[in-house]
Amino acid sequence: MSQVESRGTVVIAVDRCKGCELCIPACPPAVLSMSVDQNAIGFAYPELAPGCTGCGACLLVCPDFCFAVYGYDEPVLHEEEDTACAP
Amino acid sequence: MKGSMTHRMKLDTANPPAQAARQKGSFASGLQLTTDHDLCPGCGEPVALRALLDAVETLGLAQRTIGVVGIGCYTALTSMIDLDLIQALHGRAPSLATGAKRMRPDALLFTLQGDGDMVNEGLQEVIHTAARGENVTCVLLNNGVFGETGGHMTATTVIGQRTKNTLEGRDAAYHGHPILIGDLLAGLGGTSYVARGSVHDAAGVAKTRKYFERAFESQMRGEGFSFVEVLTMCPTGWFVPTKEGPGYLDEVMGSVHVTGELKVGGVLKRD
Repeated sequence: MSQVESRGTVVIAVDRCKGCELCIPACPPAVLSMSVDQNAIGFAYPELAPGCTGCGACLLVCPDFCFAVYGYDEPVLHEEEDTACAP
Repeated sequence: MKGSMTHRMKLDTANPPAQAARQKGSFASGLQLTTDHDLCPGCGEPVALRALLDAVETLGLAQRTIGVVGIGCYTALTSMIDLDLIQALHGRAPSLATGAKRMRPDALLFTLQGDGDMVNEGLQEVIHTAARGENVTCVLLNNGVFGETGGHMTATTVIGQRTKNTLEGRDAAYHGHPILIGDLLAGLGGTSYVARGSVHDAAGVAKTRKYFERAFESQMRGEGFSFVEVLTMCPTGWFVPTKEGPGYLDEVMGSVHVTGELKVGGVLKRD
């Protein structure tokens, strides 16, 4: 188990995401990754892992207005399991 | 599978946080009526539009702003803009803006045009408007391709860039050279502020928004013609995957249409 701190978070409007993936490299702490599932219009969408800083880079680059950004008053700690999925 | 991959925890992002938090950015600009549009995945134009609207909102000028919109993909975004707008014919937006500004000198006038609209179809309009020193702001969304009408080359397509009719890349010997419109306008006496931004990354978007603010402030001070060019991604027109659009924009277009402020307060910033 390891602890990861989030200083912020995002709300993601997954159903208007067109799966362009521009937010993935734009995220400085690299806590966004594309889903395996598809949204209502057939695209993969970003999912958030612990470690968001609330910087808003995703919001700035998203062409489909899918992000709202929040900064926590106090950092939130997440217990993250280091599960290796390799055999 | 070789190696190990950490299976990362996924957080709930469907609702605002339950913990005490402040909202630092909302989905859309306060001057947007909606967030839904039909432009392609990975398009840079909605990103540039938001930067423009955020700038108008920051300056508190929404109630006195009039936009004049050309014809291109971005024209489909007008239904989401909560500002007074005039629809121009191809390339004629700077002349409509001139007329509106002369009748309403207290208004903030901006045009929204693509490279096909401004630099191909109506090139003389923007040049004369700039040379006359009209106190308006012209905005160019430059992706080097006629997105709306099928993806062919425009006058700003850079050498080597692929479009639907330059499949081997634009060849100077056959297709001629691109027009660097920002540099051309900066050289005219009537222009007060000229800047070229790019929406290829978050820092570029933030700078672009600042350029909009400076251009609008220049206009409100009555300094003369101001111009903001924004390099935008068109992965569809360039035949690149959406996620490679920003890198392509920065490397291929950004190396020719170099970003930054070209003219501030009527003084050229480059040699």
